[in-house]
Amino acid sequence: MIRVVLPAHLRKLAHVDREVKLDVEGPVTQRSVLDALEASYPMLRGTIRDHVTQRRRPFVRFFACEEDLSNEAPDAPLPDTVATGAEPFLVVGAMAGG
Amino acid sequence: MSRVRVLVGTRKGAFILESDGKRERWDVSGLHFGGWEIYHLKGSPADPNRLYASQGTGWFGQLIQRSNDGGKSWEPVGNKFVYDGVTGTHLWYDGTPHPWEFARVWHLEPALTDPDTVYAGVEDAALFRTTDGGQTWHELPGLRTHESASSWAPGAGGMCLHTIIQDPSHPERIFIAISSAGAFRTDDAGKTWRPINRGLRSEQIPNPTAEVGHCVHRIAMHPSRPGVLFMQKHWDVMRSDDAGTSWQEISGNLPSDFGFPIDVHAHEPDTIYVVPIKSDSEHYPPEGKLRVYRSRTGGHEWEPLTKGLPQRDCYLNVLRDAMAVDSLDSCGVYFGTTGGQVYASADAGDSWTPIVRDLPAVLSVEVQTLP
Repeated sequence: MIRVVLPAHLRKLAHVDREVKLDVEGPVTQRSVLDALEASYPMLRGTIRDHVTQRRRPFVRFFACEEDLSNEAPDAPLPDTVATGAEPFLVVGAMAGG
Repeated sequence: MSRVRVLVGTRKGAFILESDGKRERWDVSGLHFGGWEIYHLKGSPADPNRLYASQGTGWFGQLIQRSNDGGKSWEPVGNKFVYDGVTGTHLWYDGTPHPWEFARVWHLEPALTDPDTVYAGVEDAALFRTTDGGQTWHELPGLRTHESASSWAPGAGGMCLHTIIQDPSHPERIFIAISSAGAFRTDDAGKTWRPINRGLRSEQIPNPTAEVGHCVHRIAMHPSRPGVLFMQKHWDVMRSDDAGTSWQEISGNLPSDFGFPIDVHAHEPDTIYVVPIKSDSEHYPPEGKLRVYRSRTGGHEWEPLTKGLPQRDCYLNVLRDAMAVDSLDSCGVYFGTTGGQVYASADAGDSWTPIVRDLPAVLSVEVQTLP
């Protein structure tokens, strides 16, 4: 079970009020987690990563285990503690706007 | 008695105001989509309870919301706007080629007869259409691939397609306007387009009378007379009597002919409204006085409308999509400001009152006249 924490605007859009729990088959990576997230919550498509390129939107960051994983390869394994559900995978709206 | 519904898009969400035909007391619903920019929302002429909204932020991109109950509830629909084929380049601010990049939906224009068909004007400039109620969007690429497109350049707000007007007497004719490429018209439902900028003069471009490159801010049309168009250009208020083929300046005695919105009285096709702004580098009303100007002669001769509007220390702006009219017997006129007020006149502009104030900066105002 993968735990994903969404920023407030996306929680509201997805009609969830706390962290999301997902089943991910195979290797647990940014891509597989986001694929599972978008499959369960189709309204999130295009809000975290681009529809076509699948690249992370510029003002979205990915954190886990107190590390910034935003620029890790989409198919790189996420930390074991994320894969086991001990730690959540955080989708964060970047600090911006002054 | 008829009712009026005012749809207000702001920098931080949407509001829906409703009143009976007297237009004296207003119920305000909202904040809808709090924290998101709502560039535009508009109802279907074929089904007034079908509304569409363009929702976005710099963080999470573009969403489209649809309501089937007049804005009481909303559901997100398709938000995939992908240019059709090779995107090519337009000119960037520094004059270098820049690839087309989707940024946002500026304007949603529901079709006149089908609530599931909607046109979307986007930045970077292109026209999209849905025929399934917003679930999927497809570009009408004939506009973006026009032979002049590589020379188009953005205005200060981005290279946006902000105006979409359907000709009710000619279903395959659509007018659009792009800042800052100019106005275009299709007569074959979007397959091919022609620039319609003859007569425009813009000193801010190398050739002031070029076929394209003009910063058109807004075009308005009265549905009973679709060959007559009124335009608020970056500078100059213009009129065409031949469906855009040629334009004549009608700025007349306006204190400034810079501005953004322009609209037409619901029952008097030669009565038009603009909001003069001091200049392109001073986006506020001349002399700090908020004045709507009305011409009852189709241009040239303008009268200031000031009753109920602030006549001192007023330094807000009125954006291009932020003026609309209702179609009650005594035509109502509405506009929203960057200061967060929506002003309404139930007497065709003679007097005004703020029907809501202290909202976030208003980006768009649309009005529905309901049975």
